[in-house]
This record gives sequence, C-alpha cells and structure tokens, in this order.
Amino acid sequence: MTPLRASLLVAGTGVGLTLLVSFRTPPSAPAAATAPPAPAGSVRPTPASTPGASPSGAAGASPTPAAGGSGLRNGTFTGQNAANFFGPVQVQVVVSGGRITDVRTLQQPNDNPQSSYIASVAMPMLRQEVLKAQSARINIITGATYDSESYAQSVQSALDQAHA
Amino acid sequence: MPELALRAPSGRGAGVEPEATTRAVRVEPVMGTVVSVDVRDPGEWSAAMDLVVAWFHRVDAVFSTFRPDSQVSRLGRGEIGEAECDADVREVLALCAEVAATSRGCFDIRAGGRLDPSALVKGWSVERAAAMLRRAGARHFFIAAGGDVVAAGGAAPGRPWRVGIRHPERGDRVAAVLAVSDLAVATSGAYERGAHIIDPRSGLPANGDLLSMTVTGPSLTYADALATAAFVMGEAGAAWVPERRGYDAFAVTRDRRSVWTPGLDAVLVR
Repeated sequence: MTPLRASLLVAGTGVGLTLLVSFRTPPSAPAAATAPPAPAGSVRPTPASTPGASPSGAAGASPTPAAGGSGLRNGTFTGQNAANFFGPVQVQVVVSGGRITDVRTLQQPNDNPQSSYIASVAMPMLRQEVLKAQSARINIITGATYDSESYAQSVQSALDQAHA
Repeated sequence: MPELALRAPSGRGAGVEPEATTRAVRVEPVMGTVVSVDVRDPGEWSAAMDLVVAWFHRVDAVFSTFRPDSQVSRLGRGEIGEAECDADVREVLALCAEVAATSRGCFDIRAGGRLDPSALVKGWSVERAAAMLRRAGARHFFIAAGGDVVAAGGAAPGRPWRVGIRHPERGDRVAAVLAVSDLAVATSGAYERGAHIIDPRSGLPANGDLLSMTVTGPSLTYADALATAAFVMGEAGAAWVPERRGYDAFAVTRDRRSVWTPGLDAVLVR
C-alpha cells in the first residue's frame, strides 16, 4: 500500500491565497473528527430568517495532536523555490512532535508594491491557516480567494521531504 | 495481494461505505488556482484523476480571460462568434444568461466591460469533473478549486465532509463549519482589499453590506454563480438564494454578523 495521504486545503484572502497541502496520515487519523466548538471570532449569529443557534464552527479550536501521529518526521524542511507571477516563493516547514509547528518564508516577492503586499499579507495568513486548519480537522476550506499556487507548491515540496 | 483483492471492488458498488484508510489525492495548479481532488473510495484512481486534470487544463485554455487566445477572450473581442466556439462555451453562456435573468441585475458576465463568465465557469468545471469521477465509479470524494467545492459522499464511513467557511477577516479562523454529504459549496467575497466583484448595477466594485457569501446546493454551477450574485445583492441576497430550490446561503455581514437560511440548520456544526 502506498502511504496514506491527508489533505488540507487552506484558503487565505486579503489579496488572498489558497494553499493546498497534502500530507500523509495514519489510518486512524480522524479526518472528520469533531472540533471543539468555540465562538467564531467577532461574528455574532443572526439568522437571515428563522432564528437558529450559533454556528460555532471550529474557530478558536485549540490544537489537538492527530491521533496516532501525522506520519511527518520531526525537523525543518525547505520547500522548492516556486516562481509565480509576482516572483519567487520559498518556504520552510517546521515539524515537531509529528505536527507542523511553523511555516517560514525564505523568499518572497517584494520587487513591486503589489507583490510585496501579497507577500506581507499572504505569508502570515499562510502560517496561521496551516497551523489552524491542521488542528481544526477541517477537510476543506471555502473562501473567496485570490489564489497563489506557488506558496502551496513550496509548502508541499517541504512536506514531501518531511515524509521521506 | 489478498488484502487489495478484497478491498478493491468494495467501494465501487452503490451504497458501500469506503474504507476509512483509503484515499487518493491529486493537487494540480490550474485555472489560476490550485485544484485538489481527494477520492476516498478504494481502488486505483490515477487514470480517472489524469482525465480530470486534463479537463481542467482544457477549461483553462478555452475559458481563461487571462489568455488572449482563449475562445472566451476571442469571443469577447468579437473575433469569433458563439457558433465558432466549443459547445461547452455556448452551454456556459446559456447558464450565465439563465442566472442573470433571475438575478435582479446582480449577475452580468459583461459587468466588467468585457466578457468574463468566470463567476460560473469554475463551479461548472468542478461539477463536470465530479461527474467524470462518478462515471469512473467514485462515490466518496471532494474536488475543491479556489473555494468552490463538490463534496460527494463522505470523508469516511458515516462521516460527512467538514467544510470550513473561512472567516473573511481572520485568516486563522472559520466563521462556521458545514458537515455535508453530496453537496456543493461556493463562496464569494471581497475580503479586505481583496479581489473585487463588480456590481453590474453600478459598474463599480460591489460595496454592499457583506464580507462574504457562501452558497450551498446540489449543483456547484449554480452555487458558484448564485454566490456572486447574492454577494452583490448584499444581505437581502441570503433570502434570495433559496428562491432556487435546494440552495441555501451563509453570509458574514460587514457589521460582523453571520446570517444564514434555515436550510443550513441541519448541516451547520455548532
């Protein structure tokens, strides 16, 4: 059997980016496990028509280690340099205790205002979303996006190394 | 291998739950976004995924407004007529016209001054891809393209797919989670200084009372287009969406409220 793979789709916005990362998980990994309910930021629920209970979602869910581990080796893994329309992107993924604990930018476009803005907005979101989505056990993210495939490519290649 | 021999056929039959441990994942940068395909049925899916990926590249080549040589670009410039386009182009234009007719002026593929059916094409193409996977025997899978999602079957036996609706202002949070099975989900929005959706009524970027609009329903083609139109409409759009039977809306307003239609009560994770 080939190693099992889980997938995280992390969508960011602002100028937005969508990051899609797949990583191997053990058979026991609860892809659809219940996330701890928590308030959804500052959003107060007000139903459009019929009143309903608050959709708490997984916002604010505290990180929970994947049952049985993630299949990721501990260490720091550097992704490939992925060029995009705005310039080169390269990231580093840190795995500790079998979990992604940080995503760092090694290289990002900054040679014009637009790309600099994208980088400054996208990378913090990327970090947060990788970490949060990993903990929230959400299969898929839907969001309005301006997409950046190069971030996803670089993160993916870093994770591929973590599986090696 | 006996284990594989036993497993392989089990997920192909209707009503058979997939093995929780089986998955095939493909990630493809295409159409200006990243498309992901995740099949949970047992079996060998690489050939079907190859076809799906090829399909998305074809859609990109035909429909991209960023490619001057795409049929849509040439059609928009008047260099060719609809009759000279693929049947797929005519189908998409007809679907756009159908949505526009009911959109109270909030859906117009020429709103930006040029032909741009992108607000429907992505969802339409993902729905087509989902049909391809179903024809190949897949029952439990998702396809996601830049926020447009077809979630078929479940993530595991007895477990629906969990779709997080990204919080429009906080990238590290979700505004809600939908636990869905056999449902399409699409989101439109203009987060912060993000991409603009043009309001056809004014010709200017939509500047209504919403931060994001998510639409669910049986068809991603309509969900995608309705999300755009309803976003332009604003909060009233949430009530407009269910006028199309089977479709529901979840919106985050500019004053930080979540509003949703009663049809979502059953799938909102609380």
